[in-house]
Amino acid sequence: MQVKVLSEHYDKPEFQGLEGYKKLGGYVELEKAFKMDPKQIIEDVKAAGLRGRGGAGFPTGVKWGFLPDNGEPRYLLCNADEGEPGTFKDRMMMERAPHQLIEGMIISSFAIGSKKSYIYVRGEYDESIRILTKALDEAYKAGMLGKNILGSGFDHDMDIYVGAGAYICGEETAMISSLEGYKGQPKLKPPFPAIEGYLGKPTIVNNVESLAAVKYIIRDGVEGYRKHGTEKSAGTKLFSVSGNVVKPGNYEIPLGMPMKTLINDLCGGMKPGRQLKAVIPGGSSTPILTAEEAMKVNMDYESMAEFGTFLGSGAVIVIDDSNCMVDLLGVLMHFYHHESCGQCTPCREGTGWLNKLVASIYKGEAKMTDLELINGISNHMMGKTICALSDAAAMPALSFLKKFREEFEFYIREGKSKVKGSSYAQMHH
Amino acid sequence: MFKLSSEGIDFVKKEIERYETRRSAIIPCLYRVQKENKGWVPPEAVAELSQLMDLPEAWINEILNFYTMFNKEPIGKLHVQVCCNISCCMNGGRELASHLNKEFGVQGNEISKDGNVTITRVECLGSCDTAPMMQVNDNYYENLTPEKAVSVIKELM
Repeated sequence: MQVKVLSEHYDKPEFQGLEGYKKLGGYVELEKAFKMDPKQIIEDVKAAGLRGRGGAGFPTGVKWGFLPDNGEPRYLLCNADEGEPGTFKDRMMMERAPHQLIEGMIISSFAIGSKKSYIYVRGEYDESIRILTKALDEAYKAGMLGKNILGSGFDHDMDIYVGAGAYICGEETAMISSLEGYKGQPKLKPPFPAIEGYLGKPTIVNNVESLAAVKYIIRDGVEGYRKHGTEKSAGTKLFSVSGNVVKPGNYEIPLGMPMKTLINDLCGGMKPGRQLKAVIPGGSSTPILTAEEAMKVNMDYESMAEFGTFLGSGAVIVIDDSNCMVDLLGVLMHFYHHESCGQCTPCREGTGWLNKLVASIYKGEAKMTDLELINGISNHMMGKTICALSDAAAMPALSFLKKFREEFEFYIREGKSKVKGSSYAQMHH
Repeated sequence: MFKLSSEGIDFVKKEIERYETRRSAIIPCLYRVQKENKGWVPPEAVAELSQLMDLPEAWINEILNFYTMFNKEPIGKLHVQVCCNISCCMNGGRELASHLNKEFGVQGNEISKDGNVTITRVECLGSCDTAPMMQVNDNYYENLTPEKAVSVIKELM
């Protein structure tokens, strides 16, 4: 069963506007938060065990705790540059519940003492941008933003910044570069953004879903929030399920639910006559699971780690037996090659080589030894660059080859896909 | 020769005040140029923006060249972007793109003879549960079949 904490009212159109949002409990927690000590809010977010919902899973309250107490202005930056292939939850959140995000951001800003925040939205999300722009306008008019919000003495301004097409800008330091008006290239850490971020000032970058969840920690309290999920993976999370299931879509479930339940019960399982073959559990960067592993893993950070993969952004890509793994890896390698920002050599060159080598398999030009070359290049791309895009490209390559090696060998040996009827590879680019 | 409209110039002046640094206004101002110039940014606009914003042309060129949503060449009245990333591929995204290429007689970044359509293959647009899908200018069209996509495009022409 879904447990709808964040998404309880998402199917009600009136939830999008300020009036309807307020009728359904909107901005109640903002008033409650203003009566709290900001430090206590940070402690509660820590104690609730909220972990970053964008991909890395870093504890949100701990991140906030890194801010230096030096009197400098600090910024909150909402990461709405949703671009990890397979992920479409933030778009739904912004379109169905823009005020939920805004409220979560004001509470978070109050907690960390930020007077200015930005929502960095990917440029393609025109609908989200239109809806957020209208909601911000409503919030200003109703005194939820600006000077002395609701008589609390707290001032806060919020604005939207629209990206222009670059996957890498979802990486927090690249996002900061982009917001500053530079190319979206990541910066070396440390210093982390909490110490030196936007314009060199302390900056917190949090995902849409993480910020919206803060409202519910205030509403339900630490214990109430922890009622769902597991000890180390607390709360509910939105999962974007796509691929070959009968009912793809966004599902809010308590962390720790078996993947089997999510796929077979909530998403209606595989299409008639099809078998589950593999699952990419947390967005295209996360190592792939075989069908057998997918039926054992739970949807939480620890269980995913046990299977050598990650919960990531919550993008569950379900793959049935009509798909050729050589083809799908080719699609992913093309993507990472296209999106590498070009700053670090292992990534710039590595993604290019991986793309070329995988393509050479379905072009019939590969040798069996090229599989070792793919492994070798991938290993040299891990942990050697400024940001994780290089690892994000290497992990699918390594895991596809490890778990579906016979398909790659078959393709090289026979010059065609092991999967009958798969003609996709001929259509690449 | 492209020149920003007077409203466009006002927009630029407002944007350079909007953010903490005027450099941050480059992206929104390039979008404005693109909107006023039928979907692409001509080279002379960089010089105009440079002067209006009092920023070096190199800074503007850097942004123009890095981000994929800025078109540096003319484009069809309808820019049809078909997602060909993983979830869409698994549900016929590439077949959709090929069908549209054939139907409208264009490849790559070409513009159809009537100036109406450019069809490009793009990376994930965050609409994976409604695959295959396409974006036409600012709007998403989801759960498509090749036939449905053709009729959507023809209606928009």
